[in-house]
Amino acid sequence: MSIRIRAVLKPEYTDVRVLVSHPMETGLRRDDAGKLVPLHFIQTLVLRLNGQVLIQSQLSQAVSRNPVFAFRLRQAKVGDKIELAWTDNQGASGRADALVSAN
Amino acid sequence: MHTNPRHASRRQALAALGAMALGMCAPLRVWAQVTWNRAAFEARSALEVLRALGAQSASESRDILIDAPQIAENGALVPIDITSQLAGTRTITVMAEKNPFPLAARFEFRDGALPYARVNLKLSESTLVRVVVEAGTRVYQHSREIKVTAGGCGN
Repeated sequence: MSIRIRAVLKPEYTDVRVLVSHPMETGLRRDDAGKLVPLHFIQTLVLRLNGQVLIQSQLSQAVSRNPVFAFRLRQAKVGDKIELAWTDNQGASGRADALVSAN
Repeated sequence: MHTNPRHASRRQALAALGAMALGMCAPLRVWAQVTWNRAAFEARSALEVLRALGAQSASESRDILIDAPQIAENGALVPIDITSQLAGTRTITVMAEKNPFPLAARFEFRDGALPYARVNLKLSESTLVRVVVEAGTRVYQHSREIKVTAGGCGN
């Protein structure tokens, strides 16, 4: 369950794209043997800029598998550090960071 | 065990330092923690979600822009792009009214973040997607109907 982050400075804002590898199971899907796959989804996702929290997200199982998010920040500069951290309903968590690039 | 007084005092000093560090870190960690609003996420109807969020009195606003397909061929992956043009936007909440649990996502923005989010959702069937925005002390909403040709809940 990895995170990929791309943060690019645009004229009006910094565009942040986040891809988290996560099954995001609804608890309603059956596996090949016909057994229900347990509910397993990301509940919180926090974005920090240079250590400061800018966006706090609360999510449900309705978010698609391997979720992709886009956010926009103002006044970020090239080289600033963007950090993403998530937790899921089964107690797992992950984090990653990336630097804002010019393109 | 032989105790060297010099080591003992060093242990004490280390313990004191550790306690200080804990004291400094604990409130920081609490501050950074997001609470997942169980009551709202486990609500079974849009009205219940609005109640759990204290947002029943939301007024309609065209300053909430929802960019999403009118017809989604794959309900397992429906991109929803939301921009709030309301001054002082603090939160954006997305609901898919016909999903078993309507509340899909809630984003809270601090200074330095634009009130914008893009997220991919699973839609179980054709549904009204309702976006609720808290701006200043008021609550606003806007909705879009999305037709789903193949539902996404078993995915």
